[in-house]
Amino acid sequence: MARITAGVGCSHVPAIGVAMDLGKTDEPYWAPCFAGFEKSREWIKEARPDVIVLVYNDHCTVFDASFIPTFALGCAAEFAPADEGWGPRPVPVVRNHQVMASHIAQSLILDEFDITIMNEMEVDHGLTVPLSLMFGNLGVDDEWPCLVIPLCVNVVQYPAPTGNRCYNLGKAVRRAVESFDEDLDVVIFGTGGMSHQLQYKRAGLINAEWDIQFMDRLTSDPVGLSQTPHVEYLREAGSEGVELVMWHIMRGALDDEVEEVHRHYHVPASNTAVGHIILANRRDLGASR
Amino acid sequence: MALKKDYEDIPGTLVFDADRGREGYHLNQFCISLRLQRNRDAFNADEGAYLDRYPMTAEQRKAVVDRDWNRLLELGGNIYYTSKLGANDGITFQQLAGLMTGMGNEAYRKMMVDGGRSPEGNRYQHEWDEKGEN
Ligand SMILES: [Fe+2]
Repeated sequence: MARITAGVGCSHVPAIGVAMDLGKTDEPYWAPCFAGFEKSREWIKEARPDVIVLVYNDHCTVFDASFIPTFALGCAAEFAPADEGWGPRPVPVVRNHQVMASHIAQSLILDEFDITIMNEMEVDHGLTVPLSLMFGNLGVDDEWPCLVIPLCVNVVQYPAPTGNRCYNLGKAVRRAVESFDEDLDVVIFGTGGMSHQLQYKRAGLINAEWDIQFMDRLTSDPVGLSQTPHVEYLREAGSEGVELVMWHIMRGALDDEVEEVHRHYHVPASNTAVGHIILANRRDLGASR
Repeated sequence: MALKKDYEDIPGTLVFDADRGREGYHLNQFCISLRLQRNRDAFNADEGAYLDRYPMTAEQRKAVVDRDWNRLLELGGNIYYTSKLGANDGITFQQLAGLMTGMGNEAYRKMMVDGGRSPEGNRYQHEWDEKGEN
């Protein structure tokens, strides 16, 4: 059977992708941001997931205003990096485990999560930046080291799904993964955040204290954390900080008991606080493959 | 009973909710069209003719032509859409923030490098009213 072994929380700031694509990662502005991912790259090499379930949001790139699915699962064979107005990122095409994705879609819907099925989709920085951060610089002729199942969440038009709904979706994703017959190790990513506001007169808001408590409570109080009301994200973490609801899907898919393997927090990347965490199921720690 | 909008007292913030999504629909659809090069080319060749394809309000159209970034949001635009117009003009997210906050690029960038805008005094509209900001 397939199983979820660990979760990764990770910001997906577009400027991080630009910095990598333009070779600026050693510049003084960027070096401290990327330094915190060195350990993560070692970790994921060791963890060698077969599949990543990558929870992210599209930023009005592929999903325009004509349709706004709250949850959508990528079921296509592959997903090309999208042109977001600056040309597509020069990174590999993302390949799906298509059989597993359709299994998850079917399982989720029967589990009463009525997701939208995406049989054609390009992916924006929300998906490719976390892959770049975790796997390093890979070009268009390379391959990502594992298969990726994209799970898109609407966090652009208010309201995003509640934290509670996201947490429970994580549990349903876990049930779906565990009912898949192939023997696969799966890591789930929750991306976006942390505190940031990109718009209007309060743009630039950063709330490090709030971000840190969010990361702390992923281990100590995940259920309580998932009850955070939307207005708290908007007020405390900025209008775009509400992206953090996606981290609850990641957290819900893990065991109740997790151990924090790694954490990184850095301000700023462009307008945003960069947060990153790796959580492993306690019972899996130390267990060899 | 109307839904309570408990997020409307956050200063300097326009939450892009279903009402704003409705008002801004054609404006946002125009903006997202610019993510493709062939549409950027057509828009840049003749802005007026291109804008004619989108039935937005006269106010929205004027805000596009004027590149009035805050007005675009007040009229139902969303930053992820308006940033496509910014990208067409060679303006990044951070430069847009410099414009929307009225701080200018250098001061805004410095604020971010110094840790960003503190939440202190920036949570509630009454805090801005007392400071004389709007
Ligand atoms: Fe995002």
